[in-house]
Amino acid sequence: MAIKEPERIWWKPYTRDERLWVAMALLWMMVSFVFMPVYHFIGAQNPPNETYRVGDKEKFRALVDGMVNKYKVGEEKGFPIVKPEPGSDVFVQASMWQWYPILELQQGKTYRIHLSSMDITHGFSIQPINMNFTVLPGYDYVVTLTPTTAGDYYIICNEYCGLGHHLMVGKMIVKQGGN
Amino acid sequence: MDYRICSLTGFKIHKTAEDLVKWNMVTAILFLTLGGFMGLLMALTRWPSVHYLDATHYYRFLTLHGFNALLLWILFFEIGLVYFTSAILLNTRVVAPFVGWIAYALMLVGAMFVNIVVFAGKADVLFTSYVPLKANGVYYLGIIIFAVGALTAFGHFFANIIQAKRDGAYKNTLPLGTFGLAAASIIGVFTLAHGAVIMIPVFFWSIDLIKYIDPGTYRLIFWALGHASQQINVCAMVAMWYMSAAFVLGANPVNEKLSRTAFVLYILFINIASEHHLLVDPIFSTWHKVVNTGYMMHLAVLASMIHAFAIPASMEVALRKKGYTKGLFDWLKNAPWGNPAFSATFLSIIGFGFLGGITGVIFGTEQFNIIRHNTFAITGHFHATVVSGTTVAFMGGTYLLIPYIFRREIILPRLAAFQPYLYAIGVAVMLIGMIAAGSYGVPRRHWDITFSSAIFPFSFDPSTDIFLSIMGVGGLLAVLGGVIFIIVSLGSIMFGRRTE
Ligand code: HEM
Ligand SMILES: [Cu+2]
Ligand SMILES: [Cu+2]
Repeated sequence: MAIKEPERIWWKPYTRDERLWVAMALLWMMVSFVFMPVYHFIGAQNPPNETYRVGDKEKFRALVDGMVNKYKVGEEKGFPIVKPEPGSDVFVQASMWQWYPILELQQGKTYRIHLSSMDITHGFSIQPINMNFTVLPGYDYVVTLTPTTAGDYYIICNEYCGLGHHLMVGKMIVKQGGN
Repeated sequence: MDYRICSLTGFKIHKTAEDLVKWNMVTAILFLTLGGFMGLLMALTRWPSVHYLDATHYYRFLTLHGFNALLLWILFFEIGLVYFTSAILLNTRVVAPFVGWIAYALMLVGAMFVNIVVFAGKADVLFTSYVPLKANGVYYLGIIIFAVGALTAFGHFFANIIQAKRDGAYKNTLPLGTFGLAAASIIGVFTLAHGAVIMIPVFFWSIDLIKYIDPGTYRLIFWALGHASQQINVCAMVAMWYMSAAFVLGANPVNEKLSRTAFVLYILFINIASEHHLLVDPIFSTWHKVVNTGYMMHLAVLASMIHAFAIPASMEVALRKKGYTKGLFDWLKNAPWGNPAFSATFLSIIGFGFLGGITGVIFGTEQFNIIRHNTFAITGHFHATVVSGTTVAFMGGTYLLIPYIFRREIILPRLAAFQPYLYAIGVAVMLIGMIAAGSYGVPRRHWDITFSSAIFPFSFDPSTDIFLSIMGVGGLLAVLGGVIFIIVSLGSIMFGRRTE
């Protein structure tokens, strides 16, 4: 009994049912385990793993500002709208409590989006398609992304970042190719 | 030495062991009361048409809800189980009783530090306190003191079983219940050591003695603490399942070897599998994440699959021995469904296994995690594991132990019989609402998902409103079940008829 010391010969061999169950469970585990790496080869959507340390936050800020100066095409509510070249490096900066700047991307083109925070941890959450990445200060996380559907997307923050956490919303515009 | 023989179980019960179980259990229930009340406020705030608290209090009470419900209720109860299994089950004594009291006092002081500083509004950092979000130093100090207390109590477990062996309390091996708590205590020592490694420097950082804590490293070590300590809970919960089945039904584990192997799998593998919290963090390579959360996690899941087989099987065997042998399911029909110690155990197995385990395995997949990380679905997942699993199991444990330890009968028996169903169903409804809302992207820990004062307007699919209302209704049912639990358990402890 679970509340008494077991009798002398308790180290019994496994029965058939037990072997069968454990084998089935193990098989299931193996399938789901193997699937994770395999999906990196056959799947379209995998977590990015390219990351760099940001020694000095001001350097990242300078990269953001450089990109804004070069590619700015408009402004909305005080935020610059930036239309970077397809295939290029794009920098997005998180801080309490905004995502800066607004990106305008082209459908079907691939971008390398660098994410970093100027202060504390934030959560880069693209809605309504619901994709989520952690943005840390001191780290540059490179999300390689190819928008497949045109439309307006919003970046909400889904890592608690203080009292204004629920105010932190940014924007991303995906335009159909060609225009 | 001060012993009595329990008239119900025949165990020889050491007075100090009994007192330690009593104090830890009652303290646990009091913190559950506080944590559960905060849970009610959470549900009422996340329910869109109610939206009860203002933002400041929402984040503050969210910190308190996580801390009181997850850490304090569960750990105090587990320390109660430490003494129950390392002394009472072995018919032996607690060595150096003062160690038990020191551990208890440290845990209580640490708990009060944290509660007070958060209530005072000096530590609105949520229980994860991700640096560089900074709380008042007292917050980290409280956590450290609490952890040292818990570490002392887990250490005490080993002192007790070593002494018990010397006293001849067992010859070859521990009873399975004690074995399960041994696994929990081993993981406890590991985990709390990680806690020290990270919380001590963070404390110095909070009082400006250390300049910089790397936020990525903090998250890694924090989750080595935070995730692995969930495995303390799993081990203690599974041990509670085995013990309840044994006490209520006289069930024998069908194969001790299999069950023990499963506990060893927990010890070996779950400690390492904590990177599923970091699947969409920078820092680690894909292969690192795959090996850690794939290989290691699945071996720990295998252990749960084994228990999920072994415990119902032992119940079936025990009930068939009682003569319920007709057909395949006669035993199930005739199980003691009106005994809350049994029904809570059964509900906990189902809640943990089906709702918690399955969502855990899915959300822990690297690719799937992109679309679930930090959404409300995660909150749904862990309410399945720690609430409908661990909390329900410990509620059953409370009903089980009140007659043995407090020597009182359960008051309001019909209400008590009904309570586990109400609570488990309420929690299940609540978490299904959470998971549904989260699958549309609704974030956890968020005061205003309508973004009414945000600079850009965004709103979720309108159906999320319905899911969040389902969460709210489920939450209210669960709170009602929780209130009944508190009335019945504390009422029985104070006013129940004496059993001897
Ligand atoms: C009937 C009781 C309960 C209700 C109604 C409830 C409700 C909630 C709600 C609505 C949230 C989400 C807060 C948010 O992210 O906006 C939450 C978070 C949480 N709950 Fe509960 N809960 C209950 C019981 C418990 C228990 C017993 C535990 C632990 C054993 C627990 C552990 C947690 C934790 C760890 C969090 C996450 C806190 C955080 O994100 O910082 N809850 N609860
Ligand atoms: Cu943020
Ligand atoms: Cu935030």
